[in-house]
Amino acid sequence: MTILVIAEHDNKVVAPATLNTVAAAAKIGGDIHVLVAGQGAGAVAEAAAKIAGVSKVLLADNAAYAHQLPENVAPLVAELGAGYSHILAAATSNGKNILPRVAAQLDVDQISEIISVESADTFKRPIYAGNAIATVQSTASVKVITVRATGFDPVAAEGGSAAVEAVAAAHDAGTSNFVGEELAKSDRPELTAAKIVVSGGRGMQNGDNFKHLYALADKLGAAVGASRAAVDAGFVPNDMQVGQTGKIVAPQLYIAVGISGAIQHLAGMKDSKVIVAINKDEEAPIFQVADYGLVADLFEAVPTLQQAV
Amino acid sequence: MKVLVAIKRVVDYNVKVRVKADNSGVDLANVKMSMNPFCEIAVEEAVRLKEKGVATEIVVVSIGPTTAQEQLRTALALGADRAILVESAEDLTSLAVAKLLKAVVDKEQPQLVILGKQAIDSDNNQTGQMLAALTGYGQGTFASKVEVSGDSVAVTREIDGGAQTVSLKLPAIVTTDLRLNEPRYASLPNIMKAKKKPLEVLTPEALGVSTASTNKTVKVEAPAARSAGIKVKSVAELVEKLKNEAKVL
Repeated sequence: MTILVIAEHDNKVVAPATLNTVAAAAKIGGDIHVLVAGQGAGAVAEAAAKIAGVSKVLLADNAAYAHQLPENVAPLVAELGAGYSHILAAATSNGKNILPRVAAQLDVDQISEIISVESADTFKRPIYAGNAIATVQSTASVKVITVRATGFDPVAAEGGSAAVEAVAAAHDAGTSNFVGEELAKSDRPELTAAKIVVSGGRGMQNGDNFKHLYALADKLGAAVGASRAAVDAGFVPNDMQVGQTGKIVAPQLYIAVGISGAIQHLAGMKDSKVIVAINKDEEAPIFQVADYGLVADLFEAVPTLQQAV
Repeated sequence: MKVLVAIKRVVDYNVKVRVKADNSGVDLANVKMSMNPFCEIAVEEAVRLKEKGVATEIVVVSIGPTTAQEQLRTALALGADRAILVESAEDLTSLAVAKLLKAVVDKEQPQLVILGKQAIDSDNNQTGQMLAALTGYGQGTFASKVEVSGDSVAVTREIDGGAQTVSLKLPAIVTTDLRLNEPRYASLPNIMKAKKKPLEVLTPEALGVSTASTNKTVKVEAPAARSAGIKVKSVAELVEKLKNEAKVL
């Protein structure tokens, strides 16, 4: 068995989710190869070669792969991946965008967002917003799988010494063009990688009030998230959304502020190690999953907490 | 320009589902069913394109049981012109659905296909991308903005850490994210009118599509429950617990 892991990267550095994906591959067992498709991504390939457990890195360096356009990357992955037992990618926006296109090209069903490996062909994944866990078995010759990063502890980024092999294959479908990108500029850690996450819900009342959470987050070195209700109400952008339809996080400490605890939000954060809930409604469902609940007005409690930590 | 919208009948998003005692799946008996929320956004976007004069006809399609006609009628009431049901009582995988949609695309030749990014039952997030692979069209997934101009469409996509805009040659596939639009409600007169709009029923056999699958669901279980902790009385007590008991600060 040889497993192909698609590296998540920005042509400069390997994204942490790649380490969780390699961890899932290691659980399946067998040789692990990593594909780096990008442009000017030599440094990414060098870094991928050092990931513990990786035996070979394939570097497909071509302008057509610069922005991870699925129309170009999927044919590359399908062509290279056809000879592998498994193709794995992190369930990031790139992984979710590209991998189903690969699966369809290989004429196999995909298994999305696995949270555990039962055996080389059987995996667990959440369905119904995490209200049920399905065990799925695949009979496909190539098993195409996205991996939920929070389900697997990352492997070490250092320690390996894999060879880097250049792949010449160039696919440019000519059906899509990259126009531009607007990435939120923030000195705070990325939501899915942060050790502490502070999230706000509808109880924040408006977007301006999120300043209280930013101040607390900066004191704690935390990332700031939001519930879908807060996003739908227009308080904050969608990329801050924690939940089944947003980001899945599992930090050491999750502080839910003014969040009622809708099932779709719980699906995105219930695997956090310690959950704190601050809400003035003592009946809020969030208290049913919180390790520490504080029934209080958030506009008093949050600034006090910021002073106290 | 013809727009094809694919929708799915799913358990209503307000329903808390329960796993069956025999672990064969979730219990959907007597449970409220609705149009998948991301599909509602897809229908709304198509209707807005028609209102802007960009789309000339909206065809809505669903792959599912006979009862999915209810959701197709809802889409017709919201502004779709006609509906197609590819009837199948089986629980189909995303690839099987994508193959059936490909057959409908071949038949209808739409310039734009809009789908929800994911269904809230199986949570797969695959069908749109797979349809794009099978048709060879460009894909704009997780869309927060769709602008058609000439023979291309600019799609702004929700990505990790921000937004990305891609330009796709038409025909193209778009899948919707939450912030693309806010779906309207159907008015009573439009619900009445929708009853008279055409609804064609097809079968996978008639479309010549095999729905065989390489995935098998072995069992479905309830997730491990997380037990409630304690209530603290003050911020000071909270900080003390986080430092000394949980040791996370």
